Amino acid sequence: MTFTDFIFFAFSALLLASAMGVITARNPVHSALFLVLSFFSCSALWLLLEAEFLAIALVLVYVGAVMVLFLFIVMMLDINLVQMREGFVRYLPVGVFFALCLVGIMIWVVGDFSAGVFEVPTLQQAVQHGADYSNTKALGRVIYTDYVLPFEIAAVILLVAIIAAIILTMRRREMTKYQTPSKQVMVKRNDRLRIVKMEATVEESE
Amino acid sequence: MKALKHFIKSFTLWELLKGLSVTGRYFFSRKITVQYPEEKTPQSPRFRGLHALRRYANGEERCIACKLCEAVCPALAITIDSEEREDGTRRTTRYDIDLFKCIYCGFCEEACPVDSIVETHIFEYHFEERGTQIMTKQMLLEIGDQHEAEIAANRQADARYR
Amino acid sequence: MIEYIPQWTIDFWNWFPVDLQTLLIILGKIILILVPLLLAVAYVTYFERKVIGYMQVRIGPNRVGFFGFSLWGLGQPIADAVKLLFKEIIIPSQANKYLFLIAPVLSIGPALAAWAVIPFNREMTLANVDAGLLYVLALTSIGVYGVIIAGWASNSKYAILSALRAGAQIVAYEIAMGFALVGVLMASGSLNLGAIVEAQAGGFSSWFIVWMLPLFLVYFISGVAETNRAPFDVAEGESEIVAGFHVEYSGMAFAVFFLAEYANIILISALTSLMFLGGWLSPFEGWSSLQGHWLAEASIFWFLGKTSFFIFCFLWFRATFPRYRYDQIMRLGWKVFIPVTIVWIFVEGVMVVLKVGPWAG
Repeated sequence: MTFTDFIFFAFSALLLASAMGVITARNPVHSALFLVLSFFSCSALWLLLEAEFLAIALVLVYVGAVMVLFLFIVMMLDINLVQMREGFVRYLPVGVFFALCLVGIMIWVVGDFSAGVFEVPTLQQAVQHGADYSNTKALGRVIYTDYVLPFEIAAVILLVAIIAAIILTMRRREMTKYQTPSKQVMVKRNDRLRIVKMEATVEESE
Repeated sequence: MKALKHFIKSFTLWELLKGLSVTGRYFFSRKITVQYPEEKTPQSPRFRGLHALRRYANGEERCIACKLCEAVCPALAITIDSEEREDGTRRTTRYDIDLFKCIYCGFCEEACPVDSIVETHIFEYHFEERGTQIMTKQMLLEIGDQHEAEIAANRQADARYR
Repeated sequence: MIEYIPQWTIDFWNWFPVDLQTLLIILGKIILILVPLLLAVAYVTYFERKVIGYMQVRIGPNRVGFFGFSLWGLGQPIADAVKLLFKEIIIPSQANKYLFLIAPVLSIGPALAAWAVIPFNREMTLANVDAGLLYVLALTSIGVYGVIIAGWASNSKYAILSALRAGAQIVAYEIAMGFALVGVLMASGSLNLGAIVEAQAGGFSSWFIVWMLPLFLVYFISGVAETNRAPFDVAEGESEIVAGFHVEYSGMAFAVFFLAEYANIILISALTSLMFLGGWLSPFEGWSSLQGHWLAEASIFWFLGKTSFFIFCFLWFRATFPRYRYDQIMRLGWKVFIPVTIVWIFVEGVMVVLKVGPWAG
């Protein structure tokens, strides 16, 4: 077992453990944090595959932005755990069915186990690029040539989603009071304040 | 036009730069810090510090136990007991000031008809045990004896404003 | 230099297995970066108190020194660190203990790890990563977890309010920061920090700050916001939420947050000087009157000097500006900075097409 293998297995174990943690942790905040950890170990695995752009983008986008917002929501929730656990047995068969479906799909996609389950044939094959190989450059080239249409469509869908989200939250609520910072910063002293020159007067004493 | 001016002003960060230049100027200006134990700020003759009881030049204590200071003290820091002395004058047997209660307002000094209780310029003192904060008549007289010259000079300097 | 080392040490070194040698060399480099960095962090706190003191016409700390000599108070940070080391770390009884203790580590870890890809001059960098810039961006975005987890785990109203503020603020300004860096990428054509600096070779006029002044301003101001420093320090606004996310922390746990904040300041300053001011390059490069003079040479001192200037700017801002109101911070991030960066990226695109400025060649 080389050092790379050791790192691979260490991070795989961490990934599996934290993924288990996501679904078993009682506290939703812990679940979200476990999800962050699993993203991390996943990106470490991608680094081993020399996909450093994807690995770092995963951390940047999911860990750095998406999960932060997730944590926000989860931290504000007041979840009744007892209520959540009700009907666990009732929904169990459906859940198990979908889990099995997913496992089936994964086996179908990953396929070939002829070399044995714990041998990692793909890992050794992947690491064979020269020192001047840039994963980022290769990725960019593929995205903007072969897959330019799907990529643009994905971008447009995201844009539509952004606009939709903004429209949904920007609706005028009747009861709320707003401040408009852009108007506030425009205010000049002379709009609010008038300096009056007055003659000094002495009050008549009685 | 006004909006355009505002736009240009805010995008050139004009006001921020103005603010930075103010602090930048003060960065190089002469510092006014007084390095306390080595240097001290000058004190006014009206400075109100630790209390003292004064005596006349012939050694007779000034206090006549009129209790005006006790009455005027807003913090109830002064306690006075009095008795007739063998020469027939009224004198205090006890004159305590609780320095934890005292707010150094100087009312006692102003109320005193014989300039007996005064506040000196001393402000560096401390107590190490509970109970020692009560200044007795003896202690107050001692302070007065030690600093009489200075106290008299300060009274003299301030006399025409009283 | 190699001939001065006695033979037996070389033999002893060669006796190690190769993997161990690499590991030891990397460890040595890490220590060489971290020890000066932590010292710098300690002395930035001293520097901050001095600078702000001077701007307020005071003289700042000047008593604590070494061996009875006061030395302008240079012993102050050491004394502070020792004091904090010996203080008790109090864990609130209702706090989530593990997360409470992990949070400081999560905030200082990224702040230090980001230094792995920072080049100090042409040769001196720990890891010459191809996607170095992305790596730095990713790590600075992780720093927010320390704040959020600290806020949540403390089980305190002030702490969680502050965590929410800090989280929203950092996410908002990260976008502006990323967009500002897109401009840098367009000009340098590389994500590697060393290559970005080399793309600015040729004296002051070819530094990126000349062509991307708006992006530079957006980047640096976002950097101030990202590190939760004044005037964007609502996360610790002592006037309304006491001290923010680290109210419940004491002793060394608090000190670690403090260290992380200052390490981040130095990091942002270093990045700004690398990406917009040509890092270790000299501004007088190519001046015929200074030919061969050390001023015209690229050296680490230029890099350190530029970084120090930006650190000074952080302190200067703190001494000058009052704290922003929270909704105005959000407005600045989303409605001002992001449009400005997008517009300037467009302008840059036009410049690329027309082949002006750095794209002339």
